[in-house]
Amino acid sequence: MHRAISAADAARLIPDGASVLFGGFMGVGTPTRIVEALVERQARQLTIIGNDTARPGAGVGRLIEAGCVARAVVSHIGMNPMTQQKMIAGEVDVELVPQGTLIERIRAGGGGLGGVLTPTGLGTSAAQGKQIITVQGREFLLELPIRADFAIIHAHEADYNFNLTYRLTATNFNPIIALAADCVIAEPNEIVPVGVLSPDAVRTPGILVHHLVERPH
Amino acid sequence: MEQKEIIARRVALELRDQTLVNLGIGLPTLVAKYVPAGINVAFQSENGIIGFGSPPPTGMEDPNLTDAGGGFISALPGAVSFDSAMSFLLIRGGHLDVTVLGGLEVDAEGRLANWTIPGKLVPGMGGAMGLVAGARRVIVAMQHTARGQSKIVRELSLPPTSVRPVSLIVTDLAVLRPTPEGLVLQERAPGVAIATVLEATVAPLIVADDVPEMGIPST
Repeated sequence: MHRAISAADAARLIPDGASVLFGGFMGVGTPTRIVEALVERQARQLTIIGNDTARPGAGVGRLIEAGCVARAVVSHIGMNPMTQQKMIAGEVDVELVPQGTLIERIRAGGGGLGGVLTPTGLGTSAAQGKQIITVQGREFLLELPIRADFAIIHAHEADYNFNLTYRLTATNFNPIIALAADCVIAEPNEIVPVGVLSPDAVRTPGILVHHLVERPH
Repeated sequence: MEQKEIIARRVALELRDQTLVNLGIGLPTLVAKYVPAGINVAFQSENGIIGFGSPPPTGMEDPNLTDAGGGFISALPGAVSFDSAMSFLLIRGGHLDVTVLGGLEVDAEGRLANWTIPGKLVPGMGGAMGLVAGARRVIVAMQHTARGQSKIVRELSLPPTSVRPVSLIVTDLAVLRPTPEGLVLQERAPGVAIATVLEATVAPLIVADDVPEMGIPST
């Protein structure tokens, strides 16, 4: 039977220099116990990939201010002045990607696709260096797949088969990033016995998840 | 009436019954207050919900129920939540009827810049590029001028959000409609003269003999 691990154990699985996909939108739906454990173990040189860097003190904003991050691939840093300061100081390399493009690139990476064709960003700075492909008379940008070494997920419920459910707007990037990493670690609010979750309620099949973090004490 | 209220009230008149609407952060959020009676719209937020309502009373917030700015919201009966891939499939796929966005500049061709001021403000484009590329109608809600400078310019000085022209621009002075021939001055704010609009606008405007006032209360 699968056992849950501590958040500290989860953080020890993620070495310095690793790339990490994270769930969360302005910190909502971010696995905060794993994030805190990464801060505590003084992780360094991480590449983090997700929607935004939240606010100072919230979500992955904690990783930024604790100096854990070398590179952030995100759609938005506007609510976190710390990210902007560190970007200007050259301490954190920031790559900005349109939100819908970022999630589709991750979906492509997780779903075995060679990329996606999107109209988003055509004629803007987001198109720099990218191939334009014409399909049925319309132009699209070729956006390449994204994968990472780790994905850290916030779920609502899990069972010991590692099946996951999500809640409301805390869902966001979580079900998609579960597809796109070599090692997937989920931090649920609750862990229930196998058989309790309705098959229809499960959004992430447990076969995608490698480690489950124990419920909050 | 405050400038922002003029803009929000006029944008609200663009909303049609039984449509899906996305309101950007800031000024566009105000539009929800002025939805005309008898018009039922569903609001989408790109972080993954259709059918949200006003912030709940203090003490009744749900940490898993927020808008794109991270603020607490409520879910109306019949609301639905989804992941970010679904959210942008809806947006890019033409399933979103209207998006209302703030703006830094709009040019004579109706192109919008609203996501960065290089060297000064680099917040990131978030969902804006996808919204402008994909929504059926894109309405810009913004002040006509900033620090005495017109925001309706001949050519964008700031990086564009999309090369697709927006559908309508609503400011505290006027309603402007991009056309292949240029920006048409469609309406003026209550009590505002055509000359005032022209003075506050750098881009050339196409002006008819009679330009009606916005159909909003004049006080």
